[in-house]
This record gives sequence, C-alpha cells and structure tokens, in this order.
Amino acid sequence: MKRVDRRLVAAIAFSGLIMALWLVLMGIVVWSTLNGAERAAVQEVLAGRVALVFAGWALGLALVAGMLHKLHQHYVDAPRRLLEEARVVLAARTPQLLVPRGTREMQALATAVNELAAQRDGLRADMAEQVAQASVHVQQEKDRLAALMAELQQSVVVCNQAGLILLYNQRARQAFRLLSQGPQQADGAELIGIGRSIFAALERQVLAHAFERIHQAVARGDTRPTAQFVTTVAGGQLLRVQVAPVRALQDVPAGVPAAVTGFVLMLDNVTASVAEEAERDQLLHGLTEGSRASLANIQTAVDMLGYADIEAPMRERFLGVVREEVATLGRRVTDLAQRSAQRLKTRWPLEEMRGADVLAAAQRQLGAHCGCPVTLDGVDDALWLKVDSYTLLQALTYLGTRLVDEFEVRFLQLRLARAGAHAQLDLVWVGQAMSNETVMSWELEAMRFGAERTPLTVRDVVERHGGEMWFERERARHQAMFRFLLPLSSVPGEEDPALAASAVASDSRPEYYDFDLFQSREEDSDLEDRPLAELTYTVFDTETTGLNPMGGDAIIQLGAARIVNGKLLRQESFEQLVDPGRSIPAESIPIHGIQQHMVDGQPRIGAVLPVFYAFAQDTVLVAHNAAFDMRFLQLQEEATGIVFRQPVLDTLLLSAVVHPNQESHRLEAIAERLNVTVQGRHTALGDALVTAEIWLRLIPLLAQQGIFTLRQAREAAQKTYYARLKY
Amino acid sequence: MTQKILIADDEANIVVSLEYLLQREGYIVSIARNGQEALDAIEREAPDLVLLDVMMPIKTGFEVCASVRANPATAHTRILMLTAKGRDTDLAKGMALGADGYMTKPFATRELVARVAEMLAQERP
Repeated sequence: MKRVDRRLVAAIAFSGLIMALWLVLMGIVVWSTLNGAERAAVQEVLAGRVALVFAGWALGLALVAGMLHKLHQHYVDAPRRLLEEARVVLAARTPQLLVPRGTREMQALATAVNELAAQRDGLRADMAEQVAQASVHVQQEKDRLAALMAELQQSVVVCNQAGLILLYNQRARQAFRLLSQGPQQADGAELIGIGRSIFAALERQVLAHAFERIHQAVARGDTRPTAQFVTTVAGGQLLRVQVAPVRALQDVPAGVPAAVTGFVLMLDNVTASVAEEAERDQLLHGLTEGSRASLANIQTAVDMLGYADIEAPMRERFLGVVREEVATLGRRVTDLAQRSAQRLKTRWPLEEMRGADVLAAAQRQLGAHCGCPVTLDGVDDALWLKVDSYTLLQALTYLGTRLVDEFEVRFLQLRLARAGAHAQLDLVWVGQAMSNETVMSWELEAMRFGAERTPLTVRDVVERHGGEMWFERERARHQAMFRFLLPLSSVPGEEDPALAASAVASDSRPEYYDFDLFQSREEDSDLEDRPLAELTYTVFDTETTGLNPMGGDAIIQLGAARIVNGKLLRQESFEQLVDPGRSIPAESIPIHGIQQHMVDGQPRIGAVLPVFYAFAQDTVLVAHNAAFDMRFLQLQEEATGIVFRQPVLDTLLLSAVVHPNQESHRLEAIAERLNVTVQGRHTALGDALVTAEIWLRLIPLLAQQGIFTLRQAREAAQKTYYARLKY
Repeated sequence: MTQKILIADDEANIVVSLEYLLQREGYIVSIARNGQEALDAIEREAPDLVLLDVMMPIKTGFEVCASVRANPATAHTRILMLTAKGRDTDLAKGMALGADGYMTKPFATRELVARVAEMLAQERP
C-alpha cells in the first residue's frame, strides 16, 4: 500500500553501478600486470564462471540494499514520521506528545519538541483560564437567555439578514417537528437548526416580503416596526408569524435609525383557530346571503296574496311558493348546523397597513416585473387598509404584466382614495378598451408569473378581502382601469403615545445576549473558493448489509451530524434505521450489530432519502471513504429522483494528503493519531461523529500545507494514491 | 304605449310573483332564466327595463350588465339590479358597470313597483 521512496531506489541503483565499476576496474588493473600465458589461463578460468562473478556482485548489492533500507528507515523515514507527528502536535488543540524514536539525536529532538509543546500547552492553558474567567460572565448571560427562551410558551427563532438561523428555542423545535413529514428520527432537524436557512421551513417570498416591509418601516423612522403574516407550511398547517427586527445599536449617531442586522420570528400554529374563524364566517354568510333570496321569494309572494281580487289558482300558487321557501329555509338551517362540524375553506386573516405603504410596495414590484414606468397619483396618505398585502401585490402584478404583455400598455398608474366605507385602489392605464370576456378570464384564471403558477385567482384575492374588482373606462381622460374596493382598517393607524415612548426607552440593547453571528456571512463568493473553516458540513456514514453495492447490498442505517462555523452540533443529528428490503447476512451482524427485527417496520430507503436530502441541503458532504457511501446513494438516484449534487469530501483521502507516510488511514487509526476519542463505533451516527471530529482536526493540518479552500482540498484529494480505488 | 319589462332571474319562486305583479301593473313581461337567455332576450325584444338578478347561472348579472352597456344597440336599456348580495361593494360594482338602480333582496313589492315606474318615466339620455 505504501509508496516506495524513489530516493531509496536511486541510492540502491547507484551503489550497484559503483560496485560493478569497481569490479571492472580491479579486473583491468590485475589484467594489466599479467603476461600472455597468464592472461590465457585466467581467460580460460573465467570463461565458465561469469555467472558466479555476477552472482557475487548481486549478492553484494543485496547486502548493500538491505543496509541502505535500514539506514533509510532510521535516518529518513523516522524523521519524516516524526515531522508529521510534530505537525499534529503543532495543530493540536489539546496537549499531545511525540513518541521518541530513531537515533539518539532524533530521540533527543523529539524530547525537545515535547518540551516546547508542553511549554506552549502551559501558556495556552493559562490563557484559556483567563479567557474562561472573562467569559463566565458572558456565559451566565447566555444561560439566562437560554432559560428565558426555554420558558417561553411561544416558538421563537432568531435569524440574520440572510435568513440563517442563529438561535431557536425548544418550542420552535417542537413546532417544526410537528410540521416535519419525515421519519421521526430526523426530529425536525432537517427544517430547523443553527446555521440553516429559515427559508427551508417558511416560504421564501412571503418571508422576504415581510423583511422588506420592516426595512421600509425602519427607513421611515417607525419606532415599532413589525410585520405579521399567516402562511401555509408542510402538512397544510397554518402558521402565524410575527416578525420584528434586531437592530445594531453600536456606533449609531443619535436620530439615525439603527441598521437591521437580523429578525426575531415568533410563530404560532393557528390552523385550528383560523379554521374555526373561517367556519363562523361561512355560517354567517350562509345565513345572510343564502336566506335573503328565500325571504325575498316569500315576501313577494305574501305581498301578492294581499291582493283581494286574486284568482284561486294564482292564490294556490303563491301559497305553494311560501310553503316551498319556508321548507327551503328550514333545510338550510339544518344543513348549516351539520356543516358547522366540518372543516371549511380557510380564510387568511388580514392585517392593518398604511395605504401609502401598500402602494409604494406595489409600485416597486410592478416596476420590477412589468418593466414599464409606474407612477402614483392621488394617494390618500391618511388611509389605513386591512389587507393581505402579499396576495394583493401578486394580483396587481399579475394584472400589470398581462396589460404590458397583451395590450402593449406603456405605463401604469396607481391611485388610492376613500370610497365610503372602503378604499378604492385603481390600476390605471391609457390604451384600448378591453372586452368583458377578457376581464372575466383575467379575473378567473389562476395567476401565473413567468413559469410559476399560483393556485389563486384575482377573484380569490378579492374575495379574501371581502372586496370587489371591476374594469372601468374614463372616456373623458382616455383612461381605463381596474378598480379594487378594499376594506379600510377599523382602527386608524395612530400610535398610542405611551407605547411609542416605551418603545423608545427599550431601544437600548437588551443586556443579556450578544450574537456575533449577526454579521452576514460572505455568501456571494463561490462555494469552491470559500475557506474550509467557514463552510457548513453534513458528516455522514452508512451501515450496509455488505460491501458490494452492485451485488445487491443495501443501506440499513444512515447517520449524520452537522458542522456549522467550525462547531460540531451533536444535538442536530440524524439517525435512521432503514428496511433494506432483503435479509441481513448473518456474517455482517457482528460488524454493525443491527439484527433483522430491528429494521422490520422501518421506512424503506425511498422514504428516508428525501429527509436526509433536506437535512444535508446547502452543505458540503463529508464521509470516511466517501466513494463507498456515495455509491450506495447514487444507486438510489433513479428510483427516488434524489441526486446529491453538493461537493463531497473524503476524510480517508484527506488524511492521506496530510500524512502520506502513515501506514494506515482506517478510521480508528486516524482517530488515534489525531487524539479523537472513539465512542459508539459502528453505528452510523457514532462513526459519523468520529468522522466529524477527525475532519475538524484535519482542517488546520491541511492549512499547514497551504490547503485552505474547498477547491484546493478536492484537488489535493484527487491526487492522492488512494483516489485510484474504485468501488 | 305599453312598456316591456324583462325579468332575468333563475329563482322561479320570485319570478312567478314578479311576473304576476308587473302584469297587474299593466306591463308586458317576459322571462329569462340565466344570463345568456337575458342577453338574447334584450337583443331580441329590446325591453324598456330589465330586472336583473346578480347570481345567475352561465353569466352573472354583472357580466350581462357590462355586455349590454358595451353593445351600442342595447346600451340604452334601463337596468335595475336585484340581488341577495347585500354588501355595499356589490352595489358599487353594479353601479360602476352601468346599472341604473340596485335593490337588495328582500324588498317590499310596493317599493319595487314605485322604483320601476320612476325609472320608466325618466328620459333615456
């Protein structure tokens, strides 16, 4: 397995050459002293013994080679290994010593290095002690915060500007566990975790829209900028999300709004209450509009019966109408009572927003999507609307894009005015008339944006607001418009002065926490060129029925853990037994300890891979002997449609890069070399955790060799000898 | 000259009463049971006034109203919308689409008769 040193081969070849030359030279010297008869005699003697001379030379050479090999081991190999081990000591974070070996001088050198290391460890321990003392205070504050978060009955998630989760509480984890559709072992960890994107759990556009609104409010100088929305998540559940900004308060001049560095999200599962509310709405609706028609029929018929001169057959007919309608009303009441037990179509709660803000947002979004100028005209600043701004903007944008695309409208205008108890929002353009059929089809077709389709129609949006929408022309001004009637907020958006004052007072930073992670990470640079120490990893391992993926062996356990910001997150792990759909060979059971009955009733790989895929999303995969594990995953690509496209790093190859002169790169050997404590070996999660610890120790060792980025690590791994192994 | 009224409503139980009522008042009454029938009848018979229900099959009263106004041959027809939808947004939409009047169900027949007479007395613009 180990490479033979070329220098050793060269030295042996050189010695053989010298010996041969020496032999020839000696022969020439002796030959020159001989007379003719002696030369003939010698020639005769040697003629039959050339092989003997060659054998003598070869024997001599073998002896010399043996000696050289011994010397090489002693004076070259040993120092080299010592060098590699010294580098480990150099990079080690915990005290570690060299084993003295080789010549006496080398042993002395090792001892000296050990003394230096001891000195360094001493200094480091001192420093750590001081840092520890200094950070006790900080830790206490963090503990207090953690306790507070744990006690909260509400789910709280804190993320930075880019949506990366910095902190979440137990409640949030529980909430997402309920939403998680995967096997319970993933425990919601594929949705929520430190360093994960919140957009994996909540719809990106809706959340980004809320973030945008907070930015607007902050820029406007709002003292209490918050946004609230309700969104559907996996499993059809409805979550109410309240968003508040986290603001940087250091070095901010007075009077300037502090920059937003992140967001606090408070989550409530409102599925039940919204369903209830929608049902009440529906009942009310049924009782009013539904019954009105019947009442009208009865009343009109009764009015007719009031005529004295009515003929008998007509009288009978009107009485029939009354009887029939009374029966209809009775049926309706019974039906409503029954339906009240069923779940009805949900309606999203609306939120209060300043009308001018809605229009400003609509202007921006229309401008961005339609590519034509959008102006505002006659916007009543005093109006507050009660709207679901996300879907309303979708509807305006959808209509705007169709106008531009299909009617070649060159510019759009938005207007907002009060119209009785409602607000009247107009999308105005100059151009040709539009047929009634076109208006109807735009209103009733599912809205689409490019290739993206929504399940909603403009009519749905209007109905959600309890409003109306129609097409109208103003002939005098050659203008056409879509007019929306929208509900006004019942409470005008005036701030309670006391509340505003308290908001100002609490503007000083809370004292019990401090997150450095709020600095957005450098996300734009190419993943390949980002430093290894900064990347997020999913370290995983599989247990299988055997070693031959092509020969029908299959995965029986999958384990994984995450590394974020150079820290191994043991609590955010993934472990899942898998039913391989075949029997587990008896000879493999001692290796992984998984018996047939343990996998019976477990999910098949087709159900586990999607969850693992979500768990590993946007991370670099790390495994020991990754080619083996990846082969098993790749074989499932066709059946599951799940392809792991992210970069893969192999600790076996990278260990060989760091320590080319070590005999073994088995997991145990590397763990021992790098001082990693091995626990729970040969369970998938146990091995994944060991691999993760090894990887964390390999990163600084790679840096010593000038390997800093993912690209460099991958290139170095490919060059190593072991890269030629294929499964 | 006797004036013609079209009742467009899919509720047979109100049509029977309205038909009887308006005939008693001396109008010539015809009936349409959905939006499309209403449009056809308006073109064919050119009624002086249409009692137009909003919630009708095939085409809603709003659609019928917009189409009638869009067609120069029928644009002058007087339209009184009748609906069980009681929200003021519906009223606003009906008026915006060109209805001349709007009554919410249920209504007193006396009021309806008065409203019809008033509308028919007005000169068409």
